[in-house]
Amino acid sequence: MQNVAMNGDQAIALAWKQIDPDVVAAYPITPQTIIVEAFSEFVADGLVNTEYVCAESEHSAMSLCIGASAAGARVCTATASAGLAFMWETLYIASGMRLPIVMAVANRALSGPINIHCDHSDSMGARDSGWIQIYAENVQEAYDNSLMAFRIAEHMDVRLPIMTCLDGFITTHSLERFQPLSDEEVKKFVGEYRWKQSLLDLKHPSSMGPFDWTDYYFEHKYQQAEAMKRVPGIIESVSEDFAQLTGRKYEFMEPYRLEDADYAVVAMGSTAGTLKDVVDELRAEGKNVGSVKLRLFRPFPAAEIAKTLQGLKGVAVMDRAMSTGASGPLFPEVRSAMFDLKDRPRITNYIYGLGGRDIKPEELSSVYEQLMQKKGDTINYLGVRV
Amino acid sequence: MTVTNLKLLSEKEDRYVEGHRLCAGCSEPIIARQVLMATDKPVVVSNATGCFEVSSSIYPFTSWKVPWIHSAFENAAPTIGGVEAAYLALKRKGKMQEDVRFVSFGGDGATYDIGFQAISGAIERGSHFLYVCLNNEAYMNTGIQRSGATQRGAQTTTCPAGTCVPGKKEFPKDLTRIIIAHDLPYAAQASPHNFKDLIEKSAKGFEANGPAFLNVVAPCPRGWRFDSAKTIEISKLAVDTCIWPLYEFENGAWRLTAESKRIAEGGRPKLPVSDWLKSQGRFSHLTKEKWAFVADEIQKNVDKKWDELLKLCKL
Repeated sequence: MQNVAMNGDQAIALAWKQIDPDVVAAYPITPQTIIVEAFSEFVADGLVNTEYVCAESEHSAMSLCIGASAAGARVCTATASAGLAFMWETLYIASGMRLPIVMAVANRALSGPINIHCDHSDSMGARDSGWIQIYAENVQEAYDNSLMAFRIAEHMDVRLPIMTCLDGFITTHSLERFQPLSDEEVKKFVGEYRWKQSLLDLKHPSSMGPFDWTDYYFEHKYQQAEAMKRVPGIIESVSEDFAQLTGRKYEFMEPYRLEDADYAVVAMGSTAGTLKDVVDELRAEGKNVGSVKLRLFRPFPAAEIAKTLQGLKGVAVMDRAMSTGASGPLFPEVRSAMFDLKDRPRITNYIYGLGGRDIKPEELSSVYEQLMQKKGDTINYLGVRV
Repeated sequence: MTVTNLKLLSEKEDRYVEGHRLCAGCSEPIIARQVLMATDKPVVVSNATGCFEVSSSIYPFTSWKVPWIHSAFENAAPTIGGVEAAYLALKRKGKMQEDVRFVSFGGDGATYDIGFQAISGAIERGSHFLYVCLNNEAYMNTGIQRSGATQRGAQTTTCPAGTCVPGKKEFPKDLTRIIIAHDLPYAAQASPHNFKDLIEKSAKGFEANGPAFLNVVAPCPRGWRFDSAKTIEISKLAVDTCIWPLYEFENGAWRLTAESKRIAEGGRPKLPVSDWLKSQGRFSHLTKEKWAFVADEIQKNVDKKWDELLKLCKL
């Protein structure tokens, strides 16, 4: 298909329209709103066959998704920030019931103070909820992830819900050129939905979400962990299929000019795009630097991270969220992944961009400067007035 | 017309069966079995967290012979709404043929308090389902804590009767009337002692063209402190004292039913609230002279609500 210009939210709505899911239940919240507005228009014009439910809250939106998915429907939704926080209880129920719900998360800061702009505190807060999490750098990735997400979550060896995250406003509202697939290509790629167990299978009535005592709960949680372990393999095969179709190949992470680099910065989301420009500038000055964009946060690709960052002299981990009183949430995972390496690089943490604070190229350059000069604390706050 | 002939009802296959872990004398399984008898169509059930849920589904066992889902405490209504949405989508796509009915069960905590918004939203959206509140007037599953349905003067573990406070200070919220304010097709109050009335109301709820709500008084021997053999007797007393009038709201019209109708027509005595208070240990402190005024206030409130109801029913 021809390139088109859309913002990230519109691109996700387009992906959903092409997939035509059975049920969409959602509640509007900035900066996700364009997704549900655009999808409502598709419903109003009869362009989709979806049962679309405007819930009265995010808690109910996810509850509707849970009921619909348990009843054998292909289901997706979208949220952000406080909406995701409001869903928190039901996130664990969706994953615990092994329901392959697809959810777009327009990353936005959590209150308080109230703020509508980008950071990752919302989805990072949900990192332990048993959902797969994939982060997009730009509109093309937001669209592509939305398509691959259904294949990953719905795979019979997985059956786990998935969040496709994109940066609020930066990606949700920025008009970018990207290349969508044709409707036929999408339908063929995503395929027909198959349920594993359905409440509407009236001949085989099932009790779903029963009370689990001390004698079974742990086993069921272990099964989730096992399912999560199978996710990387499934992502690889789905990515391979997607690459054959589009030429766009997605790995768990995207190293940039890393082969002969001594220093690297790791980031998720749109900042990874800015980083590439900064790397180019520094390379032009003869500096041996590279960057790593992490796409997959859950399950955490620890072994691949270690392999990718092995041999570097210094690594900085960019966190657009913080675990107040500790570090950013990505930092300890990256550092822990590298603990068993023989020659561990020095690893530092930069908390940045909270509440949508712009991250400027010169600030990212300063991170490389600090890395190269072995400066900086273990945990640093970048771009904040102190 | 619904079959409420006892012999024929007894021949129906149970959809909720023995083996559950509810207390002796619990009214909830009695109510649920009666509700589920009211339709011969396939049903899918959602259940809010509470006594009824934990006792009927201890993994790997289940008392449910029909599809059943529990998600959380406050979301039985949107959960069944999701099932209904899937049903509508699959039907439209030709993947589902059967004519299915949807029902949610929740306690008063799930209904009056924590899940109220979700129920209101589901009704406003016109979800085609029957919501049944098993109203035992407190959070019994967690050990008898007060809810928005707890009667003034009743003792619970979070509103104990002390030397300064006579149990719960507030009157219960009139949830049935709040639900009726949504102008839904059908809503009613019922009691398990009158199976005919309860089943007929359930049948109307199942066949209402949209959301339906049934608030059922659900005596709890543990929480209310009465002999577990007296559950049905206590249910009946709730109606005879007008603590729990039986009525329905059907397409805009209010109507008293069964014993409550006969009380209104003068064919049955309206018993004093003191009979109700004396029947349960949770009100035992109200017999003290110090708290006698509380009993009077409850009677006054019951009379006021009863008179309002008579007016609404144009009697």
